[in-house]
Amino acid sequence: MSDLTALTIADARAGLAAREFSARELTDAHIAAVECARDLNAFVAETFDAARAAADDADARLAAGEGRLLEGIPLAVKDLFCTRGVRSQACSNILDGFAPPYESTVTANLWAVGALMLGKTNMDEFAMGSANVTSADGPVINPWRRRGEDKPLVPGGSSGGSAAAVAAGLCLGATGTDTGGSIRQPGAFCGIVGMKPTYGRCSRWGMIAFASSLDQAGPLTRTVEDAALMLQAMAGHDSKDSTSIDRPVPDYAASLTGDVRDLTIGVPAEYRMEGMPAEIEALWAEGVRWFRDAGATVVDISLPLTKYALPTYYIVAPAEASSNLARYDGVRYGLRVEGNDPTEMYARTRAAGFGREVRRRILIGTYVLSAGYYDAYYLKAQKVRTLIARDFESAFETVDAVLTPTAPFAAFAIGEKMDDPIAMYLNDVFTVPASLAGLPAISVPAGLTGDGLPLGLHLIARPFDEPTLFRAAGLLESAAGFSHRPDQSGAGRAV
Amino acid sequence: MSIDKDTVVRIARLSRIAMEDDALEPMAEELNGILAWVEQLSEVDTEGVEPMTGAIAATLPQRDDDAEAGTATDDLLANAPEADDGFFVVPKVVE
Repeated sequence: MSDLTALTIADARAGLAAREFSARELTDAHIAAVECARDLNAFVAETFDAARAAADDADARLAAGEGRLLEGIPLAVKDLFCTRGVRSQACSNILDGFAPPYESTVTANLWAVGALMLGKTNMDEFAMGSANVTSADGPVINPWRRRGEDKPLVPGGSSGGSAAAVAAGLCLGATGTDTGGSIRQPGAFCGIVGMKPTYGRCSRWGMIAFASSLDQAGPLTRTVEDAALMLQAMAGHDSKDSTSIDRPVPDYAASLTGDVRDLTIGVPAEYRMEGMPAEIEALWAEGVRWFRDAGATVVDISLPLTKYALPTYYIVAPAEASSNLARYDGVRYGLRVEGNDPTEMYARTRAAGFGREVRRRILIGTYVLSAGYYDAYYLKAQKVRTLIARDFESAFETVDAVLTPTAPFAAFAIGEKMDDPIAMYLNDVFTVPASLAGLPAISVPAGLTGDGLPLGLHLIARPFDEPTLFRAAGLLESAAGFSHRPDQSGAGRAV
Repeated sequence: MSIDKDTVVRIARLSRIAMEDDALEPMAEELNGILAWVEQLSEVDTEGVEPMTGAIAATLPQRDDDAEAGTATDDLLANAPEADDGFFVVPKVVE
């Protein structure tokens, strides 16, 4: 990493404002970093010319003293966001060649405050996965390695390219999307901050849909403050998304006061999972101590339905996906495999265009929605989802935030956990409950495993209480003092 | 409840996903594995519980029924595998 690629967004803003370096220099440094780290397979499209042009515009604004919130800040965008004229394929063959004639609201919001795009990042196909191994563009390699090993590890998923790019210093921040943990789990696996806002806080317009009652955009950054700055720009009401909530966006960075003495943090007994590595238990206990030492109150709480969240999710999300993905028919965009009649053309196109995990989820989703099984599976899952949300509502009568580990293990090798879909689904056991309840949540890098891989701690807050979430996350960040980075070659170890 | 080969054929047809014969049995097994695992939801008493259909309780917003400029036809057709004279082209539907 050159000095410019090691900056936080907050530092880069200050440096740009003081004219210590130009947006063009900042952008060129990141372009060089992306070019040097192509073996990570983090980017699936590079938009360097547009990035340089945007950087020059940003420099003109900065020179005129008209810099906006993210003026000249180079970001990466998950391939799930529609970006005008630039491939937007959710890393699926079925969207082969799709370059939308419109821009997603979230990315448009970022460009409206001066941020610029270096390229599109790799992801699990249609965001269905937790290791970035289902991508039609091939797996992403985590810039971290186990100490003394060269075996390539997964970056987590589905926002694996975004997380790897931020961790390796290829961009200052990246957009991700989180349906069941797809921002937070890769954030934890790559030693960076991953934040999912309250459902409805960011517009879903122009995001390629997976499970519409769960999908939310959010930032992946190297610090909590950077996440606050990025969310500031991404969030807001949008009349083009009927589930977008019309309420003011507070100044998130201002909530990072460092003072948590008035907060009560809940520790849910049900997240103590059998077989969880002792070092994750220990890190969680350390997180409790950090809050106590800072003057917060920490209490044990119970979220009794926790163990049912994952099976609930794996009914609700595939059901919604089977409906959302019905639009891919080989007629309007992407791949077409010819057939003798439209039905045959649809079936051949979809067989060729969707990868194995996506086909599996469409089939299971179709099954649980089909006549005779709807009540037993889908309706039942929706009712359990109500109870899971109620668990959190009762907890939030006494606590301001819930503290858990982000994932039950650290990054694993490419190829592991791939024989059994349920083993892969367990990645999201701690992140899915907040998704089902629509709550804001964040993963903060907080420690290393014995063999040198990053681990995250996870906080969940009340709906639209991102300010408290950021404040508590800020305490975790400063107490943990996590300053480890993968080495600059991207083939590295913790330093 | 368990999924057999015929059920896979049925849901693959509903899903409009072509499947080779030799892929049916393995898919049935995979789907049964997932269904056996989600079966644990039957332990939860949901008597009288309302189903949750959205993540946040909000009423659907209303807006005035005003026409807005949409995306230009040519722009939309630019991504189509086959288009002609302002239309999407599909295989022949009727003989």
